[in-house]
Amino acid sequence: MSSILDVATIKRDFPIFNEEMRGGKRLVFLDSAATSQKPIQVLDAERNFYTTSNAAVHRGSYYLAERASEVFENSRQKVADFLGVAPEEIVFTKSATESLNLLAVSFERGTGSLAIGPGDEIVVSELEHHANLLPWQQLAKRTGATLKWFEMEQDGSLDLSAMDRVITSKCKIVAITHQSNVLGSVPDLAPIIAATHAVGALFVLDACQSVPHQPIDVRALGADFMVFSGHKALGPTGVGVLWGRAEILNAMEPFLYGGSMIETVTMTGATWAPAPKKFEAGVPNMAQVVGLGAALDYLSNVGMANIHLWELELTQYALDGLKAIEGVRVVGPQGIIDRGGVISFTIAGLHPHDVGQVMDQYGVAVRTGHHCAWPLIRKLGLTGTTRASFYLYNDFSDVDIFLESVVGARDYFGKR
Amino acid sequence: MELDSLYQEVILDHYKKPHHKGLPAGEIQVHHVNPNCGDEITLSLEIKDGVFVDLTWDGVGCSISQASASIMGDLVSGKTVAQAAEVLREFTELMQSKGNILGNEEVLEDAIALAGVSKFPARVKCALLGWMAFKDAAIQNGAEI
Ligand SMILES: Cc1ncc(COP(=O)(O)O)c(C=O)c1O
Repeated sequence: MSSILDVATIKRDFPIFNEEMRGGKRLVFLDSAATSQKPIQVLDAERNFYTTSNAAVHRGSYYLAERASEVFENSRQKVADFLGVAPEEIVFTKSATESLNLLAVSFERGTGSLAIGPGDEIVVSELEHHANLLPWQQLAKRTGATLKWFEMEQDGSLDLSAMDRVITSKCKIVAITHQSNVLGSVPDLAPIIAATHAVGALFVLDACQSVPHQPIDVRALGADFMVFSGHKALGPTGVGVLWGRAEILNAMEPFLYGGSMIETVTMTGATWAPAPKKFEAGVPNMAQVVGLGAALDYLSNVGMANIHLWELELTQYALDGLKAIEGVRVVGPQGIIDRGGVISFTIAGLHPHDVGQVMDQYGVAVRTGHHCAWPLIRKLGLTGTTRASFYLYNDFSDVDIFLESVVGARDYFGKR
Repeated sequence: MELDSLYQEVILDHYKKPHHKGLPAGEIQVHHVNPNCGDEITLSLEIKDGVFVDLTWDGVGCSISQASASIMGDLVSGKTVAQAAEVLREFTELMQSKGNILGNEEVLEDAIALAGVSKFPARVKCALLGWMAFKDAAIQNGAEI
């Protein structure tokens, strides 16, 4: 089979694949939806920052501090280029979770059109990861606003028939995922974003599961904010991104207060630096930001369109294989239309925890449970699923071992 | 296979036919969840003349959590508070042993089949779910355990 990606060469860039798993098995890593593995280029970039450029950014007037600031800001430019936006619109946080909490806290402190209070409405969906549910649920609780949501269908799509009741003139914020981290389903966002803007509300895109895996044009999508985590995109842990339209970021209140985020300070008051600095209090995770820049370079070199196509090929192959296994049920979308490289499934009579445990004996790393999306799992009438997710370092042989391990799990309990 | 040390026959038997499972309506005294995997257990019991009686539970979970709750029910039913406290202490110690002890069969009986769980750190919480619910319910019934 001719291949879109040269996975053998790619795999060699990821030292983790040299590690032996239980029983001397090779690693079949199918949990990239939780976190991705890191290529040597990213590890080198982090180490290189410490060995050649380490100094507190945006502070010292000495040469090394200038160098540190330059590589740090270079990374911001890389993120901006990757997303097709301006660098002033890129805020570095510690994770997508922090990016979403930043937004919620900032809105709580907001004034004028950015204020949230009783009578206002915030909209999410049943697809959301807890990280894109709880900040909004709690913001609504604290401010007296009302939380509303789009319901999920069994195939992982959103029920848009209630659009006019969910998004009303009272709506201030709509926050929805680009792709379900549990089912891989991609909701139809265009009509939701149009309805959001028609009532003058703002749209927040949780792009944790899309930015690492496909080309993204946030401006064309029409989002006002977008978040993702570096560690799911080959980058280090400890660095997340918030993108927001410049004019909105500049009108917003800060999240954390401290060094580097101010314009002037007296004993009784302060004024804030323009975005993105206003949202980057304290010495940031510099080496990690630099590492993320290297990760995005790596992804761009392979090509986001290629990565997307490759993952869909693997997904189709895995779906066909799973459906041929008696007792296995694929949960959510059944094909590769409107989905990404994530598959959830159940095995009749078996608990996902037990399934994952047997698969581990084959060196297969999958996630089991509710995947931090408990309302979604409840809606499906399940207590959990087993989830496989693909990335650029997976190939067909990984899927073959995966399928073998699924049969192994079914038979291990079935035969005893 | 290393897996067989985890999934011993006794465990699968208890999993397929759990003991003390099924709660009379309205009898729930405690409700515990394992937030990592969503496993849940509800449990109720009584203490009569210093002895644990009428222990019943219900729940959803993996084979380890279900079998462990079933075995726990067998081990503490009909025991005095002091005897049950001893079983609980021995079992907790076994679970924290990282595979270094085999467990005292005289006290733990079927529960020594769960010794293998202690080598799989991610599963220890599964095995302890029912036991922690028991401890909580015992305390709520005034036992010093
Ligand atoms: C869709 C989605 N949103 C948000 C998050 C939170 O990301 P992090 O834990 O890196 O902050 C995740 C990670 O699992 C996710 O999959």
